Amino acid sequence: MVTRGFIGKKTQGTDDPTNRVPPGQHLVENFPVLTAGPTPRIAHESWSFTLKIGPRVVKKWNWKEFNDLPMTKVVRDIHCVTSWSKLDTRWEGVMVDEILADAGIEPPTDFMLAHTFDGYSTNVPVADLVGGKSMVALKFGGEPLETDHGGPARLLVPHLYFWKSAKWINGLQFTNRDEAGFWELRGYHIYGDPWLEQRYTHD
Amino acid sequence: MTEAAKPRRLNVWREVPILEIKDRTPFIKSFWLDVGRAFRHQSGQHVILRLTDPEGYAVMRSYSIASPPTTDGIIEVAIEQLVDGEVSTYFHEVAAVGDTIELRGPIGGHFVWTLEEPGASLLIAGGSGVVPMMAMVREHARENSKIPLGLLLSARSGPEAPFFEELMDLEASCDAFAFTATFTRARPARMRDHGRRVDKDMVAETIERIGGLPAWTFICGSNLFVNTATDSALAAGVLPETIRTERYGG
Repeated sequence: MVTRGFIGKKTQGTDDPTNRVPPGQHLVENFPVLTAGPTPRIAHESWSFTLKIGPRVVKKWNWKEFNDLPMTKVVRDIHCVTSWSKLDTRWEGVMVDEILADAGIEPPTDFMLAHTFDGYSTNVPVADLVGGKSMVALKFGGEPLETDHGGPARLLVPHLYFWKSAKWINGLQFTNRDEAGFWELRGYHIYGDPWLEQRYTHD
Repeated sequence: MTEAAKPRRLNVWREVPILEIKDRTPFIKSFWLDVGRAFRHQSGQHVILRLTDPEGYAVMRSYSIASPPTTDGIIEVAIEQLVDGEVSTYFHEVAAVGDTIELRGPIGGHFVWTLEEPGASLLIAGGSGVVPMMAMVREHARENSKIPLGLLLSARSGPEAPFFEELMDLEASCDAFAFTATFTRARPARMRDHGRRVDKDMVAETIERIGGLPAWTFICGSNLFVNTATDSALAAGVLPETIRTERYGG
């Protein structure tokens, strides 16, 4: 439906020559902050990352051990469900592949939950985390990741809506089923593909 | 696995007429939308409004609902005009009564207050962050709820404090509702109000007025405001897991 009297500034998808902006998204230069609760401040001394299969701990890393894992730099476009997109964001961190390799395991199930220091979780299929598709990011734009944006460490799954890239991550857990996480239980899509506009539960 | 999980797309967008427009502050207008009698929402939820130009270029933004849950098919959304705001500028400078806008929603299952809350709630709003809280405060008043509810509203000045008159009236008529305003660029309007940024003492005072630590604290405003207000609430003894935040501008 054409809105009477509306002339767009053309900052998004339908007029995007590079075809990098998904439908319904608009580009931003800044980096908006969205969070369900207080911003947790986690000192490096009390930071840890735990890999689990169901309830069983496979391996736990402290900050130094985690930083000793192989680091990878990526440049990716990110897309928030609230409709902003940001192109060419620079991240550095540990690929999920490297985390599994260091723990010496192959994925035992098809699904994972990412857990965070503030008690939230989000579900992501294993296929969307391995094969170079995602990392636990420690730096943004060459600098340590700011607390507001999830520092010390956040998940980065840039090909899904950005709520899947859980801030303040403290662990990954293999699950037998695709278990809905915090936002997925509160009306957001179970998978969240921005190119299919899978924003809300029934999209 | 994603193919199997993908349900059929529903046409979730509806065309809703604008019934009324009213200035709330120099930069905030309220729009009453005819959303149909089947529309059901909870206090604190938002809707998404979409604008499309003749070339098919479309933009959407989320706006909080200011009205309490209703069955009459009309909701109020309040929209603040932002500098270079593509959607908000349209609403402030072009949209008129009788125009039709695309809407989907209601959306949101977290920043939500209901009459069934187990105890007192504390609301802390910065400027237009008070909009979702108006739904809560209005529902609380309409249903004559006895659950203590306290609102701390920060604005630059009285004329820039959205719903200020209504909030003072609601406080006067409702025993279980406590309202404190603080102005960052003007003198306080009333004895109980303040003339500084939200801080720990101010939050502690509001907590005292609702009879002790709240079951839930809702904080809404810009990211900077939410961070400051959240730190103040934590310093005043509010438990972090009882704080729900919503940040504008995202």
